Amino acid sequence: MTRKQRRLVMIGGSLAVLAVAAALVLSALRDSIVFFSTPSMVAEKHISAGKRFRLGGLVQPGSLKRGDNLAVTFEVADGSATLPVAYKGILPDLFREGQGVVAEGALDQSGVFRADTVLAKHDETYMPKEVADALKKQGHWKDDYGKPSASAGPQPVQGAMR
Amino acid sequence: MIAEAGHYALVLALGLALIQSIVPMLGARWGDVALMNVARSTALAQLLFVGASFIALVMLHVTSDFSVVNVFENSHSMKPLIYKITGVWGNHEGSMLLWVSILALFGGLVAAFGNNLPLTLRAHVLAVQAWIASAFYLFILLTSNPFLRIANPPIEGRDLNPVLQDIGLAVHPPMLYLGYVGFSISFSFAVAALIEGRIDAAWARWVRPWTLLAWIFLTLGIAMGSYWAYYELGWGGWWFWDPVENASLMPWLAGTALLHSAVVMEKRNALKVWTILLSILTFSLSLLGTFVVRSGVLTSVHAFATDPARGVFILLILCLFIGGSLSLYAARAASLKQGGLFAPISREGALVLNNLFLTTACATVFIGTLYPLALEVLTGDKISVGAPFFNLTFGPLFVPLMIAVPFGPLLAWKRGDLLGAAQRLTAAGIAALIAIAVLWAWTRGGASFAPLAIGLAVFVVAGALTDLAERLGLFRLPFGTSVQRARGLPRAAWGTAFAHAGVGIALIGIVCETTWNSEYIGTMKPGDSAKVAGYELKLDDIGQRQGPNFREMVARFTVGLDGKTLSVMTPSKRNFTTRGASTTEAALLTRGVSQLYISLGDIAADGGIAVRIYHKPMVLLIWFGPVLMAFGGFLSLSDRRLRVGAPKPAKAARALQAAE
Repeated sequence: MTRKQRRLVMIGGSLAVLAVAAALVLSALRDSIVFFSTPSMVAEKHISAGKRFRLGGLVQPGSLKRGDNLAVTFEVADGSATLPVAYKGILPDLFREGQGVVAEGALDQSGVFRADTVLAKHDETYMPKEVADALKKQGHWKDDYGKPSASAGPQPVQGAMR
Repeated sequence: MIAEAGHYALVLALGLALIQSIVPMLGARWGDVALMNVARSTALAQLLFVGASFIALVMLHVTSDFSVVNVFENSHSMKPLIYKITGVWGNHEGSMLLWVSILALFGGLVAAFGNNLPLTLRAHVLAVQAWIASAFYLFILLTSNPFLRIANPPIEGRDLNPVLQDIGLAVHPPMLYLGYVGFSISFSFAVAALIEGRIDAAWARWVRPWTLLAWIFLTLGIAMGSYWAYYELGWGGWWFWDPVENASLMPWLAGTALLHSAVVMEKRNALKVWTILLSILTFSLSLLGTFVVRSGVLTSVHAFATDPARGVFILLILCLFIGGSLSLYAARAASLKQGGLFAPISREGALVLNNLFLTTACATVFIGTLYPLALEVLTGDKISVGAPFFNLTFGPLFVPLMIAVPFGPLLAWKRGDLLGAAQRLTAAGIAALIAIAVLWAWTRGGASFAPLAIGLAVFVVAGALTDLAERLGLFRLPFGTSVQRARGLPRAAWGTAFAHAGVGIALIGIVCETTWNSEYIGTMKPGDSAKVAGYELKLDDIGQRQGPNFREMVARFTVGLDGKTLSVMTPSKRNFTTRGASTTEAALLTRGVSQLYISLGDIAADGGIAVRIYHKPMVLLIWFGPVLMAFGGFLSLSDRRLRVGAPKPAKAARALQAAE
């Protein structure tokens, strides 16, 4: 084989691999990306039941209810709308009422968001970026959300989250 | 005083770096030996001053000097000493100081051990190192100074993020940075080669050990981070395809490709232009990783603080270095002479295939990581790209690579014999088929994909062993001869075999853990027991305990198998009073290479406690594989060939003109 032919084999092979990779990426991007919504966006857009998305907002104070066998329900609010969420499993360490949360799942027929994942982030000052942006847009952002509270109030009892 | 001294040392280091950026370049241009030698002394002095600055910050943390903002925000007087020290880099400012310290360390190593480098090359390499260093010193001094004071010093600090109060913090970031920043050396060598317009096999021989060293640390750093996430975050996951993890995986993939293409360049004097490009890309991806993690464009465990000014500054550094080096590459690459013909079926061809798949896989990770950012900037839509995307793209690209891995070392340079290699791999192929058949029979009705994947992994491991057996003449020659051959075999050959076997072993762990993981999630009261994968776990009691800067709730589980008591496991949940945050301390019980894993949730109203219990078969292989890879890397690094007798480039001065 001449240098030219060899080079053609190399380039042809590379292009074939790149084409396969591009096809994989495009098909995966179509099927496996998940959009982010806030409760008011859910109300506006009429997202159909069963379509997966990420829901973000603040956990409505007083809405957290624990059922049998690790079932929990709570409401996610963004200032203008709230959406009930049902989840079965262990909530992350930093899940608190009044704090930001991101949950992934889909709406069921009755309009309840069935979450299969509640995202755990590992900083008490943490506000999910999507949530912060959405709150800012709607004018519900308070500057002290993102900052550590200098006088952290009474500590919650070990493990209990009320 | 210490804070001011540390600050001052850092400013001096910046001054030295600026001198080191310019003077040696002028020296190389004018052919002035004295000016070129400035690079060596400034690089060593820089290391001294950055080291002093870093030690100053460590001392501030150890003595709990809360008049310094950085210490106040990230330390607490009750914190154990080890976390006072590791807490130095458990925050944005300190971790950037560690970053530049390691950069200076590598620069110092080149200066100290680069005596056999041509003078101009050493001057250029150290000058390029100093450009990077200057940019990051400026970044630290202008946007993230760790030595700032508070006007009214508080009595107590805010404590370190509890998740970071773990031995993992002592190991993971320094390892990872040694990897990330180590690639700056190959970057500097590449840019220096482009500036000089000259590159030869000797160049590759100098670059290879540095790349290998960085790669070893990056491999260990990623593996350590993964294990840390596994036991600390409390849900037993070891890889989340989180943007920050991807940010470390991308330089690893590119660096692995670089390692292999540098071999071709050294042995066969081919793929020069490509190797230079890979060196630039690998460090660019390290810089991108630094940007992603430090700018706060993505929130994660690793993003300590978000400050737009920092993001913009790092973005500028990123554009300057990536844009600058790629422009230089575009302008000068054509002038580098091509060399080394080889047939597509040859050792070189196999290494090209390796590079092709690794870089393509790296590109898919790149797209998956940055597509959400780009989409948000362009359309405002917020999306997340999660594990399914990467499993669908990264996975299929890795399969052909894994099939090719055992063939590579068995092919000859220049023109290989694929049929011959296939014949020699017959035993490995049969081993793989047996593994598939046995697993299929054993798990009938279960996942059909897993046995195939394990068969592939067995093929890779057996292929690596075949390579060794072939070289030693095992079973062909008398045993004594084989032993003698084993003594004479270059360590690099052992290294290759170990590293390749490590890939297969990690794959076995990954497949077993994801396919046959069994779990129990539920509420338990003292006296209750749960059954997971044949083990019986009985919750004895729940108690409270006081730690140095936390309170913890400890649960005691008795683990039994077939009616016999094996051990006691004590998972706990810690509450850190200062930050009001809690962490989950999982309990692990190792059985062979499998593990039982218990982590605790919340206490329910009726006194029951939420628990997660996992049985993770073969899970330790996931990290044992990378450790084996790194061990292989160390073996290669200790090979005499890499240290001794780097050939002198053919008459430096003349070659310089010839290549122009």
